[in-house]
Amino acid sequence: MLIKKRDDIKSSEITPESLYCDRREFLRAAGLLGIATATVSAGALARAASAHAAQGQELKDELTPFEDVTTYNNFYEFGTDKAEPAENSKGFKTKPWTVRVEGMVNKPAAYAIEDFIKPSKLEERVYRHRCVEGWSMVIPWMGFPISDLINRVQPLASAKYIEFQTLHDPKQMPGQRSPVLNWPYTEGLRIDEGMHPLAIFAVGLYGKTLLPQNGAPLRTVIPWKYGFKATKSIVRIRFTDKQPRTAWNDAAPNEYGFFANVNPEVDHPRWSQARERRIGEFRKRPTLMLNGYADQVGRLYSGLDLRKNY
Amino acid sequence: MASWVPPRWLRPVVFAVSLIPAVWVIYGLASDFFNGTRLLGSNPIKEAEHFTGKWVLRFLMFTLAVTPIRQTLGWNWLQKYRRMLGLFAFFYATLHLSIYFFLDLELVWGDLWADIVKRPYITIGMATFVLLVPLAVTSTAKMVKRLGGKRWAALHRTIYVVVVLGTVHFWMAVKRDITLPLIFALIFAFLLGYRVVAARKRARVRSARAAGNEEAAASTTGGGQPRFPVPGSRFPAP
Repeated sequence: MLIKKRDDIKSSEITPESLYCDRREFLRAAGLLGIATATVSAGALARAASAHAAQGQELKDELTPFEDVTTYNNFYEFGTDKAEPAENSKGFKTKPWTVRVEGMVNKPAAYAIEDFIKPSKLEERVYRHRCVEGWSMVIPWMGFPISDLINRVQPLASAKYIEFQTLHDPKQMPGQRSPVLNWPYTEGLRIDEGMHPLAIFAVGLYGKTLLPQNGAPLRTVIPWKYGFKATKSIVRIRFTDKQPRTAWNDAAPNEYGFFANVNPEVDHPRWSQARERRIGEFRKRPTLMLNGYADQVGRLYSGLDLRKNY
Repeated sequence: MASWVPPRWLRPVVFAVSLIPAVWVIYGLASDFFNGTRLLGSNPIKEAEHFTGKWVLRFLMFTLAVTPIRQTLGWNWLQKYRRMLGLFAFFYATLHLSIYFFLDLELVWGDLWADIVKRPYITIGMATFVLLVPLAVTSTAKMVKRLGGKRWAALHRTIYVVVVLGTVHFWMAVKRDITLPLIFALIFAFLLGYRVVAARKRARVRSARAAGNEEAAASTTGGGQPRFPVPGSRFPAP
């Protein structure tokens, strides 16, 4: 199942599928930079119209203000209150930073963060972000596909999963001093999920370097999954043939599954997932299947019972 | 101290102060949505929900603290404020429920029903509110008279169930960090525990009296603070 081509064409030279799939988002990103503003609003309108035609309303995916993106965070390493990560992560040291790649790979390595990022071309991706708690944002990330790394380090054919791990440093991360979650925060993806062009490592947002509360210096963004599937401040990436244990699944297995795909039809045991509140909006809006990325990633889950594999 | 009479302005001041959280949260919601401020943070409706919920528990705490403080410190004048504090607990519960139903569920009755049936913490929360209603309705002096002191006191012992259910509701609602629900649970355990101990003492005094041992009875009450009737009080202590 693994893509092991090391061909003459570098993956960075091929127009990424994501760019094609996300052309509207790309246009919006371009608009952010002050280009083609007119095209952008047309694109946004068109998408809103197609996504929500059934509701008979025009719901736009406007960028969530920087202020909200950087002050309303779930990053329990810095505290369980939404405002705490921004307050408690001031002075968080992201230099030097080492990312270890290990497990079932041909090229295990310990990278300085600069070397980890350097080989990849950074691109802007505007993604919807849906929290399992029922709120959502639209965030312009800066990053590169996880597939870049996978291709670079060449996992063994027997490897089936990628595990991501957050830094464990209770001195810097006060939240880790209490056993709220099973530290260090660990998450995982099937390798084919990680290979999907929409799955990225982010190193920035709103054109700026990632702030600690958003997972500096390196985090994953998997836009069709609930936010907790992302791993922030990553120090370890491990390839394995067994499904990794994951932090929230450890904490409450009946509430948080391994897949955690955004799905309006599968309720959280304590609340409905059918609708969501976009931060900054008064009314709720319907949650879209796979967070609106069903056309792109749906094939990853053909034949899988999403109700059982929540 | 026991005979201290609070100045006349104290009652309106307590009333006004108790209203501050409600004024703040309503003003915050309006300002955040109409003026784009972030007084209640990035997710004002959720914040308003949590904020008012916590104030319900705080006012329940104040209400239940009246009797222990009165009995141990002799601040009998506090008794006159108990009804107001209890009604504020009910007021914040109504506000909490309204924000949940009108702003969070957006008046979708089907969702409300699904929540109540499917989600135990909502079921418990609703039960808590329902149990508060008869207490609020019978909080007037007229109702005390109509029911008779004993029956009224028995009915109002429901407040003990209310605080237990309310705390359980809060505990179940938080995602992972149970620090705050735990603090409330400990405070309520203390306030309820006090009553258990006091009831046991009274029972011991009664049996001692029945045995004709007045001296032993006096020593167990620890100086004999007047418990019944409370001067100036229209309400029996539950």
